Amino acid sequence: MTGANRLESFIGHHFAPVTAMVEAGRLRFFLKAIGETNPALTEPNEQGRVPIPPTYLFCLEMLDAENPFAFTEEIGVSIETILHAEQSFTYHHPVHSGDRLDFQARLEEVAHKKGGALTFLTQRVDVANQNGTQVAEIERRLVIRNGA
Amino acid sequence: MISEMLQKSFPPITRTALALYAGASGDHNAVHIDSDAAKAAGFDDVFGQGMLGMAYMGQTVSDAVPQDRIRHFSTRFIAITQLGAQLSCTGQPGPRYEEDGEERIAIHLEMTDQHGDIKLTGRAIIAAEIQN
Repeated sequence: MTGANRLESFIGHHFAPVTAMVEAGRLRFFLKAIGETNPALTEPNEQGRVPIPPTYLFCLEMLDAENPFAFTEEIGVSIETILHAEQSFTYHHPVHSGDRLDFQARLEEVAHKKGGALTFLTQRVDVANQNGTQVAEIERRLVIRNGA
Repeated sequence: MISEMLQKSFPPITRTALALYAGASGDHNAVHIDSDAAKAAGFDDVFGQGMLGMAYMGQTVSDAVPQDRIRHFSTRFIAITQLGAQLSCTGQPGPRYEEDGEERIAIHLEMTDQHGDIKLTGRAIIAAEIQN
């Protein structure tokens, strides 16, 4: 419970921005890790570029963040005390290997449930590519198990 | 293009799968890869990354629909996925509707383990194929 109310003071907090490169080699490793075999996702297109699978944006932000757990630690929450509650992606523009993406996350909402046993954090992340085109919006909802 | 139920099954969750996913995804949260850390955090053992389950769910969609037709994809994480879990995902397409100037279909997704316990639910919104 300690600090649960203090989290409200972080609403609107902008997390350290992250710039990530979509590298073909790292992407291959990810596709292997999830057992992806669909040629539409594993084979390069006519331009020699590979599209990213639906959830990879979440990974890119962590892969290239100076501190991958900044999304909890910047607001004083330890990564071991949280679980992922919800995740969403809204896609506006395709992303391929070779793209450079800018991620800007902010804390939107803090909500306490079950008499304070659980605290839900809603974060939104805007993602733009090297041309300044908005490619996606990401929303993640985390739950802090207070007292865990 | 897509009117029938989607279905995909995945290999059992192993420690190796969790370690590879941790490295490849950049999610180095120790509760998924280090039993000691998992126990210290109050869990019985390491357990599946939620986003590994969502990646599997995404494959269920991207096997049936070209990636550039996926407009939105969301998930609720319902329960922890234990080691050994054999996940399978179903996707039920709904009726066509119009949104943002195009025909779209919402797919209701559900990921269960071998006992039928629901681990994730989700929704994908896709642009429908143009019909002549």
